[in-house]
Amino acid sequence: MKILVAVKRVIDYNVQIRVKEDGTGVVTDNVKMSTNPPDDNAIEEAVKIKEAGKATEVVAITVGEEKAQETVRKALAVGADRGIHVKADGILEPLAVSKILQKIVDKEKPDLVFMGKQAIDDDCNQTGQMLSALLNWPQATFASKIDVKDNKLEVTREIDEGLETIEINVPAIVTCDLRLNEPRYASLPNIMKAKKKPIEEIVASDLGVNVSPRLEQLKVEEPPKRKAGIKVANVAELVQKLKNEAKVI
Amino acid sequence: MAVLLIAEHNNKELRPFTLNAATAASQIDSDVHAVIIGQNSADAAKQLSELPVVKKVLSVEGAHYENFTAENFSPVIVKLAENYSHIVCSANTFGKNLMPRIAAHLDTSQVSDIIKVISPDTFLRPIYAGNAFATIKSNDAKKCVTIRPTSFDPCESTGGSAPIEKVDASEEFSNTKFIKREEIKSDRPELGTARIVVSGGRGMQSGDNFKLITEIADKLGAAIGASRAAVDAGYISNDHQVGQTGKVVVPDLYIAVGISGAIQHLAGMKESKVIVAINKDGEAPIFSVADYGLEADLFEALPQFMEELNKLNTIQK
Repeated sequence: MKILVAVKRVIDYNVQIRVKEDGTGVVTDNVKMSTNPPDDNAIEEAVKIKEAGKATEVVAITVGEEKAQETVRKALAVGADRGIHVKADGILEPLAVSKILQKIVDKEKPDLVFMGKQAIDDDCNQTGQMLSALLNWPQATFASKIDVKDNKLEVTREIDEGLETIEINVPAIVTCDLRLNEPRYASLPNIMKAKKKPIEEIVASDLGVNVSPRLEQLKVEEPPKRKAGIKVANVAELVQKLKNEAKVI
Repeated sequence: MAVLLIAEHNNKELRPFTLNAATAASQIDSDVHAVIIGQNSADAAKQLSELPVVKKVLSVEGAHYENFTAENFSPVIVKLAENYSHIVCSANTFGKNLMPRIAAHLDTSQVSDIIKVISPDTFLRPIYAGNAFATIKSNDAKKCVTIRPTSFDPCESTGGSAPIEKVDASEEFSNTKFIKREEIKSDRPELGTARIVVSGGRGMQSGDNFKLITEIADKLGAAIGASRAAVDAGYISNDHQVGQTGKVVVPDLYIAVGISGAIQHLAGMKESKVIVAINKDGEAPIFSVADYGLEADLFEALPQFMEELNKLNTIQK
């Protein structure tokens, strides 16, 4: 079984976001970038499945600007076998990314495609489902547990009401929740070894996919600020404030 | 062209956020039709027809719709989409799972999780865990929009009498099989719609200690929330998680106990009307969004809180 894992480069989850003064977006210059957190879970799961002898190859792919390749390199350092970097600049909407991934799936013919359930930058939560639609493959979104059986996966999904278990036939798409596993750290020797692993570079336009945005981002602004609150001295004061000032209890 | 609302239900009745999505749909265009796909869902379809904002109900029945599988739902909606300018549903796990599948089939770029309808083609949505708001204009002929339910009031639920029209079922998608759903049943109010939410974080230290929160929640008629750290640690089940990748809540009162206030948690609760933080670390980021902060050991503060509540003559429910 061959697993393709899509990873995205985003602003690190610990960075306090700043909105650009001209309203065109958020500040990304000199800001720490990382792999989208649930994409790390997707790589980890694929590598674990390979280590368990149930997959033969793990291929990491990213779509984006030059520096996005760092995320593929990181995936190689934690166990992916080779990488693909589809180069494209500017805003890439999930629809465009899923069309690019579809082209790569046609070429690579993986049995499974994994990715994070949501990117923490645009918070769209679309790409996996869209790819699954384009390929007419089954989708297991928000996965917190995956059991690989012969040509089938049993997947536990995190839903609003609790948990749902489904069985999907391979080939299939899985989008991963943060609770799926605990991503490992890359060891120094593995980081060195990863430098020798191949990354194929493809230019998005060569795939015949139109990646120009379909949505116009008219403005990006700061959300309204909450006005500063107060510290109360003790529980009695807190309850009194909630009762008589805020009038919420 | 009219707007098509996808109803969320459990085959017996509508799920409450369908009413919030209906409000958003009616702000896009007053001509709202609603599709309900399920098995033996006639009662829920009737409920849907009683929403005054809904002008027509389309009902699709089939055994393969019983468990709301996106792969089975999307072909029906894609076919219906021909007659509509917008497809709308809630941005909860149901809609998040389903809508992108529809959008891809329609070759349209979805607008996720909107918090405001600015015009029929322009919407406001949070990005970066709510640390920025983006105004997005869609130029696609058909627009697929998911709405953040807590940002829209529920519509009226009675007084309407829309006609219910049967629509043919689509074929079954055979590569996905539903096995089971583990729903946690509770008599408490639902987290997403509760007036008061009491949430615990890693500071609770164990699942057992959550009883301190449960007690207060019961007294206040509140729902129980949790940070991702508390869920990850196994203190409480995932359906309680509030945050960027959990539920977004906007209660009148949110009480955060032993929660430090990571960006990802704040994303799910910082629009609450009144926020209380109880934490022994005075520097915890949760205090930056709290209207009332109490720097205290929660194991002392929570029993005192219960005592103080018991002293009150009345408690609003």
